[in-house]
Amino acid sequence: MNETGSRQDPWLPPLDPVTVELDVNDSLVTCTVEPRRTLADALRGAGLTGTRLGCEHGVCGACTVLLDGRPVRACLVLAVQARGSRIRTVEGLSGEREEPTGPGEYEGNGENGEPGGGARLSDVQRAFRDGGALQCGFCTPGFLMLAQGLLADEPDASAERVTDVLSSNICRCTGGVPIVSAVRAVQRARKEAGS
Amino acid sequence: MKPPPFAYARAAGVPEALALLRDAGEDAKILAGGQSLVPLMAYRLARPSHLVDIGRITTHRYVRGDGGGLRVGALVRHLELERATGLTGPWQALREAAGRIGHHPVRVRGTCGGSLAHADPSAELPVVAAALDASVTLQSADGTRTVPAADFFLAPFITALEPDEMLVEVAFPAPPPGLRSVFEEFQVHSGDFALASAAVAVALDGDGVATHVRVALGSVGPVPVRAREAEEALTGGRLTERAAAEAARLAASAAGAAAGSSAASGEVPGGGADFRRELVRTLVTRALDRLKEKS
Repeated sequence: MNETGSRQDPWLPPLDPVTVELDVNDSLVTCTVEPRRTLADALRGAGLTGTRLGCEHGVCGACTVLLDGRPVRACLVLAVQARGSRIRTVEGLSGEREEPTGPGEYEGNGENGEPGGGARLSDVQRAFRDGGALQCGFCTPGFLMLAQGLLADEPDASAERVTDVLSSNICRCTGGVPIVSAVRAVQRARKEAGS
Repeated sequence: MKPPPFAYARAAGVPEALALLRDAGEDAKILAGGQSLVPLMAYRLARPSHLVDIGRITTHRYVRGDGGGLRVGALVRHLELERATGLTGPWQALREAAGRIGHHPVRVRGTCGGSLAHADPSAELPVVAAALDASVTLQSADGTRTVPAADFFLAPFITALEPDEMLVEVAFPAPPPGLRSVFEEFQVHSGDFALASAAVAVALDGDGVATHVRVALGSVGPVPVRAREAEEALTGGRLTERAAAEAARLAASAAGAAAGSSAASGEVPGGGADFRRELVRTLVTRALDRLKEKS
């Protein structure tokens, strides 16, 4: 029902961009997209370019984001489908589980999607950096979100399970082993910290 | 790799979805999890005029017992089946198959009803439906009908669904006493489509004699294939190594016959008919090996 109380046409027309309000990293993000545009398109169009688009048909996992806490391929979710869900992207990771800044510690300047305002890399991001779990970095946001979702959903996942879930995404640089090791390292560190 | 244009509507409930579907005409498609349909659209292999989004409907997200049988709502996610620890014994194959669909993020979104309605010849759930004598409930604005799995899958990606119908539920009948089922598949890489799969269900009586046997195969024909000769060979006997080997051989031969008529066969490197036959023999042997031990 619209404001005048008459019945609205339920169909969003194919070629008319519609305004879609998305809950991204606990902020309201307003996008104007055709129904055919994917969540990945909408996020990138809104300036959240940390989410990468690789294959655009659900194979590479570079566009992985969290939808209601679980990892999904943002190229296989239409932006209009994501209305009403909580979305988290790589931009929302920093500031999570902050650790004290050490000497020479990188702090983003808040520009170009980097962490800013004093936000620091999350424990998963730090483990990736410390473990050499990235080289070119293209696949990294997708892997970070995949790992973030797995660690939250299944903190005690076995080594086999971690490997199986991480096989969802493709990394052409590292061979994948350092990525698995980084995620296992986060599991251990969180367990030791009793969280 | 962008989907072509389509009109879109989100349905709050099944009646609304069915009204929208009828309103939209023959070229409309239902969008549930979108994990098969959206890639097809990205490739422009599917160009629906309208998408009816049923992903937010909550009424069909159930897995429940029904007088010994099992009913699964169309919108149950693969991940939910994979984690349904109660799905053991007769329903074990369902849980195992769900856990082998695509990758984890695909299982987060993909739905049971979507997988069945999509009818990919290499999909997992249709094979389980065939092995467990399931039937699907199809609903339109005019009413509801129930179709056995054997009559539902007609050809690759083609089912008995009419354009204005929606698959709302899959029902598994009460199993014979002692029925247990398992699922096995082979894929080249994790998350790939299966080159071959097998859902095997066996009921053993107190003496270990098989009273009911189902051997269903996937990825070897246009639709799930029942290896009836293998089933008959096993029925009335014990699951000895020898009986299992003979059944696996018969299943492989059923797969070979089905592959001869399948356009899907041979498209995958190393996926020729001979290789798939050998895979079927191995998968059925593994399945029977697991079923002969009481778990």
